[in-house]
Amino acid sequence: MKFTLLIQSAPIDSQSSATALRFARALLAKGHEIERIFFYRSGVQSANRLALAPQDETNLPLEWQSFISENQLDAVVCIAAAIRRGIVNAAETARYGVEGDNLIEAAELSGLGQLVAACAASDRVVTFGGGA
Amino acid sequence: MKHFLIIARQAPYGSAAAREALELALACALFDQPVSLLLLDDACFQLLPEHKPAAIQQKNLAAMQQSLPLYDVEKIYICEKSMHQRGLQPELLSLEVVPLDAAGMKKLIREHEVVINV
Repeated sequence: MKFTLLIQSAPIDSQSSATALRFARALLAKGHEIERIFFYRSGVQSANRLALAPQDETNLPLEWQSFISENQLDAVVCIAAAIRRGIVNAAETARYGVEGDNLIEAAELSGLGQLVAACAASDRVVTFGGGA
Repeated sequence: MKHFLIIARQAPYGSAAAREALELALACALFDQPVSLLLLDDACFQLLPEHKPAAIQQKNLAAMQQSLPLYDVEKIYICEKSMHQRGLQPELLSLEVVPLDAAGMKKLIREHEVVINV
């Protein structure tokens, strides 16, 4: 089956981003396809490569980065939600005249249309986090 | 094409949740997917008229809410129980809503292919 995963909470505030990653790994292990991983609301923090964890703890953005690139998956971070929360790539730092991009390389910034299109093309949409 | 249901649960201000739920509902409509909105819990407060959020340096959600019918957001449903618990009635609200009881919400969720709780 084809899945779209939607992550809506920040790794620091909720287990949901970590659960989403475990779920995504299980999907591939069972032979399912991942149409797209979409980070929305505070879930965009999962794509902040400057979130630093102590050495004996999991660095979730780095885990997402390796999982997405190793499996050549499509991962999109909502651009409106991201720039409000300080998650930017080089193009956005140039556009807004600020310094220091921090988006993980494996993901791209784009609009909510990418979520809608992925949901329309998937057999299942599974959301993680949200609420608050 | 899929039928989308966006479920909002939060009050209009105090977090970005209400705005981000509305943005998602509008995005579904803009990309030509049939979409409905369900207001649960404190999200019922989103449709009280005459918000004055400037007092807390927030942008009014009204313009975005009023655009829902223009963008063909098919129907706005509201949890009857949440509404009554908060002393609200449909005629007090700024948009036309369809009140639903628990069985109605169960049916609504079952009828939609993509359900996103924001």
